[in-house]
Amino acid sequence: MATLVRHDTATGATSPKAPRPLRTRTYNRREAIAGYLFISPWIIGFLIFTLGAMVYSLYISFSYYNLAKNTTRPAGLDNYRAMIDDPKVILSLKNTLFYAIMAVPLEICFALLLAALLNRVGRGAGAFRTLFYLPKMTPSVATAAVFFLLLNGNTGAINKGLGLLGIDGPQWLIDPAWVKPSIVLMTLWGVSGTMVIFLAALKNVPRELYEVASLDGAGPVRQFFTITVPMISSAIFFNVIVLTIAALQVFDQAYLLFWRDQTNASPESSLFYGVYLFQQAFRTFDFGFAAAMAWLLFVIIMAITAVQIRFGNRFVYYEGDR
Amino acid sequence: MTLSQPTSGTLPVQAQPAVQAATEVSTRPRRPANRWYRPKSIVAKVLLLAALVVFSLLFLYPFLWLLAASFKPRGQVFDNKLIPETFLLSNYSDVWSEMPLLSWMGNSVLIAVLAALFVAVSSSAVAFGFAYFKFPGRTFLFGLVLATMMLPGAVTLIPQYLIWKNLGFLGTNVPLWGANLFGSAFYIFLQRQFFLGLPRELFEAARVDGASYFGLFRRIAMPLAIPSFIIVFLFEFQSSWNNLQASLIYLNAGSVEDFTVPLGIAYAMTKYSPTNGGHGDYQYVMVASLLVTLPMLVLFAFGQRYFIEGIATQGRKG
Repeated sequence: MATLVRHDTATGATSPKAPRPLRTRTYNRREAIAGYLFISPWIIGFLIFTLGAMVYSLYISFSYYNLAKNTTRPAGLDNYRAMIDDPKVILSLKNTLFYAIMAVPLEICFALLLAALLNRVGRGAGAFRTLFYLPKMTPSVATAAVFFLLLNGNTGAINKGLGLLGIDGPQWLIDPAWVKPSIVLMTLWGVSGTMVIFLAALKNVPRELYEVASLDGAGPVRQFFTITVPMISSAIFFNVIVLTIAALQVFDQAYLLFWRDQTNASPESSLFYGVYLFQQAFRTFDFGFAAAMAWLLFVIIMAITAVQIRFGNRFVYYEGDR
Repeated sequence: MTLSQPTSGTLPVQAQPAVQAATEVSTRPRRPANRWYRPKSIVAKVLLLAALVVFSLLFLYPFLWLLAASFKPRGQVFDNKLIPETFLLSNYSDVWSEMPLLSWMGNSVLIAVLAALFVAVSSSAVAFGFAYFKFPGRTFLFGLVLATMMLPGAVTLIPQYLIWKNLGFLGTNVPLWGANLFGSAFYIFLQRQFFLGLPRELFEAARVDGASYFGLFRRIAMPLAIPSFIIVFLFEFQSSWNNLQASLIYLNAGSVEDFTVPLGIAYAMTKYSPTNGGHGDYQYVMVASLLVTLPMLVLFAFGQRYFIEGIATQGRKG
């Protein structure tokens, strides 16, 4: 509490004419203490479950962890070396990146399409919005249980539906090439969270812009790309970042569809980074290896996000910027 | 758009869109319905409606399929008929003896209520601390709160497991709600945003009347913050109900009765799988899936406004 500057110091030594130092702030001591007390739950949680856990995790990644005896011994870089030598780490990383590159743009486009459609309806928009939102309320296990049967290559409804259109549907859950698209499909079904963010952004676009554009003879498509997209670019940017981070950590759907049953041989193209990390940590209990994997994921996510922010800031229009 | 607090100038870059979205929602007056934007020609109207109906059917189909399959006998689950040939109401009575669904739901309700209540109360207190009081390091600490939103869960997964293990809580459900006693970044952000919107004179007046700082929080801030409290509660309830990974880590080794809903359904999917010695009785999995989805749909029916508002204000992933 040494940094506290009390109110009464100003009236003491300093003359009223002396210019106040720029960065001096005054705090009421009692108020400051109360403030710290109010945020103390978070500080405790942060020190234990975030900062402490991160430091501990880093330490574990440089150790051999013996779970039975609860002891560690130094491993140097062994875990990291083993990780780089493990072809499954590279494979799962490739799978995950490939999935993210496929899923994120599709999610953005689909959510934007739905939001743009909803934004054009007057009465009744609420009912459609409710309908579109229902999948988001469905627990991921229930979604997976249903899609597990819907995606069945021989009897599933999705291939039967494609058959009606004259398309010979793939073996979604078996063919290595179609495993990731089947997870993308499930993700798209639950895209409504992203849609709602877009809808809120669309409602804030000033309609005068469209009036002017339409006087200038711009059609709806042109208006969409020259007005709507730039005006909601901060929402697009935000969704891209959040969805990318989520896609890089995908676990539930992949685990439920492919890795739940340990006796079952699933195509390796469904081995996502999050799943392999989980297996290493809580199936083989190789904590050192898994912690090293977690830090690699952390670095990759930070790097991708940093690139997105650098790249994105050039294109994003913030209404608040002047 | 101006932010009411100087602290937001130093937020991490990545948090700014979220802040912007949040303040936009809270400070902008509601626009009148945008009549101009609607399609004028009848053809355009019909096309728009047709597109929406098609998408609605696509979104609804899995629910209808699930509902139909839940009434079918074993051999017909895969027949894709939306009206079952044989209506088997007994699926709904048999499911309770096929799997301990009632215990799973009981466990999940208990965990979700504890998780949601604890996180809503603790996040509110922390948010009030950040919103109302001035103290050294406030800007920096709030920046840290926002930064933790970006941290991938995998990094802290193993140490947290070891913490709970060393505290002797493995095999109990404490790890599924314990950390919620300490607030959660996104909810702190959400609640702080709400508290910043309250007029400060309200609190000053109460101070003059002799209210303590805790009294300000309990008697003024909390009663007014009930809407955002509900948003936090609903979000966390849903997220807890859904949490497969934590159940897998902390409860999978225990007895089947102690499972939560997501872990239980995953277990049932494996149990009935023919590759695992089951007979493909997926109709029970369908009944269970439907029954565990219903509470969420009821929650949504009552709290739709809060869900939509919370999402629109958000930075919540997944």
